[in-house]
Amino acid sequence: MKFLFDKDTWQEIYSSVRKNKLRTGITIIGVMWGIFLLIVLLGAARGMENGFNKLFGDFATNSVFIWAQSTSKPFKGFQEGKRLTLKMSDLQSIKNEIEGLEFVVPRHQSQALAVNNFKSGNFGIFGDFPELDKVSKKNLVYGRFINDNDIKEKKKVCVIEEEIYKQLFDKDEFPIGQYIKINDINYKVVGMYKEGQIGSGGPQGNIHIPFTTFQQVYNRGNTIGWLMITGKPGYDITQIESDVKLLLKNLHKVHPQDNRAFGSFNLGKEIAKVTGFLLGMQFLTWFVGIATLIAGIFAIGNILLITVKERTKEIGIRRALGAKPWEIKRQIILESVFLTSIAGALGIIFGGLALMALDAYNSGEGSVLTNPTVDIPVILIASAILIILGTLIGLIPAQTAVSIRPIEALREE
Amino acid sequence: MIKIEKLHKSYPIGNDSLHVLKGLDLHIKEGEFVSIMGSSGSGKSTLLNIVGLLDGHDSGNYYLNGQLIENLDEKKAATLRNKFLGFVFQSFNLISYKNALENVALPLYYKGINRKERQKIALQYLDKVGLKNWANHLPSELSGGQKQRVAIARALVTQPKVVLADEPTGALDSSTSHSVMELLKEINREGMTVFVITHEEDIAAETDRIVRLKDGVIISDEKVIKKATV
Repeated sequence: MKFLFDKDTWQEIYSSVRKNKLRTGITIIGVMWGIFLLIVLLGAARGMENGFNKLFGDFATNSVFIWAQSTSKPFKGFQEGKRLTLKMSDLQSIKNEIEGLEFVVPRHQSQALAVNNFKSGNFGIFGDFPELDKVSKKNLVYGRFINDNDIKEKKKVCVIEEEIYKQLFDKDEFPIGQYIKINDINYKVVGMYKEGQIGSGGPQGNIHIPFTTFQQVYNRGNTIGWLMITGKPGYDITQIESDVKLLLKNLHKVHPQDNRAFGSFNLGKEIAKVTGFLLGMQFLTWFVGIATLIAGIFAIGNILLITVKERTKEIGIRRALGAKPWEIKRQIILESVFLTSIAGALGIIFGGLALMALDAYNSGEGSVLTNPTVDIPVILIASAILIILGTLIGLIPAQTAVSIRPIEALREE
Repeated sequence: MIKIEKLHKSYPIGNDSLHVLKGLDLHIKEGEFVSIMGSSGSGKSTLLNIVGLLDGHDSGNYYLNGQLIENLDEKKAATLRNKFLGFVFQSFNLISYKNALENVALPLYYKGINRKERQKIALQYLDKVGLKNWANHLPSELSGGQKQRVAIARALVTQPKVVLADEPTGALDSSTSHSVMELLKEINREGMTVFVITHEEDIAAETDRIVRLKDGVIISDEKVIKKATV
């Protein structure tokens, strides 16, 4: 190890590099490009993943939405085309009979005209339970979400999205405690939240009122618009989806093979597709990056072979003066490792700068990449691969250097 | 110091083999100044390579400093070369991007001596060959004679037992040749065994003993009768 810290060792490397400045430079660029690509692509892939996570982040990812439609098969004396409606009693049955449920949240949904003084707009209006906040996290800016008391007392309160606030209120007005009119009924605003990029409603934003209030105001009796179901970790959401549907078919006297009676949207499945895509992209990134890296390192091996060939005579002199084969070898291996490390370090630095630039030009709402970064362990792994490959490739010219007998090397002109 | 018994060496050329050394017997004692004379193809370079442990021999015995040389691997050979032998080549063989001092210090590096000590010893030997003021010059900035002096300093720096000089004056004009030979003589006077290979009569004449080689056999081995220095 002492030889690593010896000034002479580095002087040798310096003089050997200095002799072939241009060639060494170009070779270094090869390896640099490899690691640069690896870092930038990995960072971009991570940025994309972050972007997707931001999109879906507010939703529990193992969720399924279920709603009622019309039957498509006659069953037990009922004609096909029977209209189905989910009831509050279905909710209890589902909770009792299906295993592995985290939350079952019933919702109602409609469109409504909301008015505040002279400002108005058409918005989606939802009847919700407090549990919704757990399934689809609401990022509250002011106030609170609907609570159990609101449900029990069927209070006329509402939680609005920031977008609605912007449309109904003046710029510096504080919304909490104010009243807005929804379909000619006054509701007190108790909370305001900021929506993630994928909301369950339109671009206009949503208004949430207590579920029981919705049922009463819009004459929905004890029905449910649709259900949001979340599975506990470790339970297959697809299995839960089919179990719940089968149970509902049973409760509503629907043919078990009737696929159109209940509609559903499996968020877990959709997210799995995206995750799979991201995984594939990451794999591709590693593959492309490492392949480029290997190409670059072979170039370093190549350049060292040429250098060794050119230095045959010098190596012969050194051996005549008493250099042991190992002393010659380690010098060349170190040179290889040194070149790859320098190239790697430069590549990592430039890759990092490129990611910073990407981030700077691509920030803000609606960007494709969110916070494109590469983890330190990934950098360490890449550096380790680089050094290992550099050592291995250095073995080739090192072996060539000592395979020529000193006497032949000396004769070389 | 160097003892050779029935030394044979042949080189394969295609399917044939060229018998270069045909049973040489040679004994060089410590402190001798010997020259090997012969025309090209006589086997003198081969002999030097074998004596210099740069090449192996086929049969016969070779004792260096009383030690029988056999089954040498490269590592052992390198250590022995470093310890016992100093080389002076016809084409100087200095390393072009190292200055005179660094060139002289190089064998000490392989001997494992630390940097400071190396510089000190190397400078001492450069002084000995009269080039102390040229220590920081690159070989390209030195004349032929100066380069050979640096090479001689490099050969001496490890305090070897034998200095092997392969046509040390082959690339020099006659006056610088003479001064290089004077330097070798001086070294010899200090007790060093010097072994010169040459094909020039007047260079050989400056040594103490001339061994003539022809077609791989020694044809004569005689002491030089010293003439008065002109």
